[in-house]
Amino acid sequence: MALAPPQSDQISLRAQGRVARRQAFSRLSRYILLLATLAGIGVLAVLAVDTMVRGLPVLDWQFITSYPSRNAVDAGLRSSLLGTVWVMGTTIILAIPVAIGTAVFLEEFAPKGRFTSVVRLNIANLAGVPSIIYGILGLTVFVRGVELQGVTLFPALGTTILAGSLTLALMILPMTVIASVEAIRQVPPSIRDGSLALGATRLQTVRHHTLPGALPGIMTGTILAISRAAGETAALIMIGAFAFIAFDNKSVNEDFTTVAIQIYNWTTRPQEAFRANASAGIIVLMVMVIGLNLVAVLIRERFRRK
Amino acid sequence: MASEPTTAPMGHDAALLQKQMQHSTFKRPGELAVVALLWLCGTISLITTVLIVTTLFGETIDFFREVSPAEFFLETRWQALIPGTESFGIWELVAGTANVVLWSMVFALPLGLAAAIYLSEYAHPRTRSILKPILEVLAGVPTVVYAFFALTVVTEYVLRPIFGADRVPIFNSLSASLMMAVMILPTIASVSEDAMANVPRELREGAYGLGATRLEVAIKVVLPAALSGVIAAVLLAIARVIGETMIVALAAGSTPTLTLMPLEGIQTMTGYMLQVGLGDAARGTINYTSLFAVASTLFVFTFALNVIATWIVNRFREAYE
Repeated sequence: MALAPPQSDQISLRAQGRVARRQAFSRLSRYILLLATLAGIGVLAVLAVDTMVRGLPVLDWQFITSYPSRNAVDAGLRSSLLGTVWVMGTTIILAIPVAIGTAVFLEEFAPKGRFTSVVRLNIANLAGVPSIIYGILGLTVFVRGVELQGVTLFPALGTTILAGSLTLALMILPMTVIASVEAIRQVPPSIRDGSLALGATRLQTVRHHTLPGALPGIMTGTILAISRAAGETAALIMIGAFAFIAFDNKSVNEDFTTVAIQIYNWTTRPQEAFRANASAGIIVLMVMVIGLNLVAVLIRERFRRK
Repeated sequence: MASEPTTAPMGHDAALLQKQMQHSTFKRPGELAVVALLWLCGTISLITTVLIVTTLFGETIDFFREVSPAEFFLETRWQALIPGTESFGIWELVAGTANVVLWSMVFALPLGLAAAIYLSEYAHPRTRSILKPILEVLAGVPTVVYAFFALTVVTEYVLRPIFGADRVPIFNSLSASLMMAVMILPTIASVSEDAMANVPRELREGAYGLGATRLEVAIKVVLPAALSGVIAAVLLAIARVIGETMIVALAAGSTPTLTLMPLEGIQTMTGYMLQVGLGDAARGTINYTSLFAVASTLFVFTFALNVIATWIVNRFREAYE
């Protein structure tokens, strides 16, 4: 190649031979890699279309407001939607204060030492524990109660909304703490130091400066954790929550079902009509989950600009 | 409060300062109580861990009173729910889990790495800021939804047309593995991409300067430099596959089988646990305690994977300065 005499005035800068092959391969790789990136998104799109086609014909007001039923046509989401709202609400009330408290404790009050590093490591490990293990924990501790030599350490709650919410609260606690810790770390130390220098107590500093500054990050992490709890099925089935519920929940001491459990229930039925119900249930659940995710992303984007 | 630098005697000043500090640590009534509450919050996670370990291992000890550890660890047949013919060899359930891990990784690993390389090395920042959140939606989809699709769409409209209806049973490990791969794709892509983004520019520019193409820089420079993060991502993804329940419970079947073949009905550890949970086994029976023996095994596996992943990230983090 190089030995060929240069064609007077046409000196080409194009690579030839091996170099050209390498460059062509590299240019081609862009499209192959893009294709691989889009593969997962493509699957998501196909599944979304499939769900719409099957589910939308079933999804109407009657479906939303009916109790479950043996007949696919009469069955609806009423009790499972109410159950989901009850469980989510109770989980939020139980988990969020503890999560924020833990994060504030770790970042602002915990003594630097072995105890604190053990707590940190422990939370990181808890985040990796499978949800079904939390289900077993809920079953043995919250549903059946703990008794040691005749002394009740924890009362047996039965398969109630409270037991389910306690289980889910423990499950989302590590994620929420990790997100809150990250958010608190993003607050500039100068704000904290300034407040302390002006004579505020550490607790006043946390309440008036650190927490407000960290709030968007805490909310983003919390909402994502809640959306995970909304779709959780295995942990709730493990504590025994797959009863037939045909009443409106009025308190946290009642049996319950959720949309995710109802989808599971309908999927296990062999009849095609129940599959359509499951698809309609999936639409409702995905609207909730994607809605929560969108809110989280919006909060993050809105406060990042500032 | 803040007095100007004074000429007052040192002793007086120090005493005042001390008094102020005592005062200002818990100035208002109730602050001490709030701080005590914060301490309590800090210990709740520890209590959770203690509860998990004691409940799991407590009942597992009861299980081993009836079933010898030799049977559990050395036998290969798992047949628990049929009275009279019980056999508790864990390996069929471990094989079921390994089967799903293997086949989900076959699909998720190349796709996840390709996505990470594309997002980190090829994509325009604006493209990345659009693609990455969409990809992460995949991780937020409830797993019962994936389970539904594995059973109704993947098996019926993908696997059966390809392999033939007579060769693909309704419940098979491949349908579960495929959906599992979609589920963990963002975990692999996102965590690997973070690791690749942390590789310093100088390494890339050095390679470009020596005439490497974009693909060569990505594969031969960035990927090796980010390897610890990539391995950690894969281990975290495997831990999620091992712990995932709904997809395998609905789509992979409930017949423990000692096989790694993709087109067979299998049962994973989580699948067995959910089956017992649905069956409402009475407390104290062998089925009830076997649930805890399997759960302990699962817990040990996922815990080990998480610890190793954390260790790799900390130990092999390349510090460039």
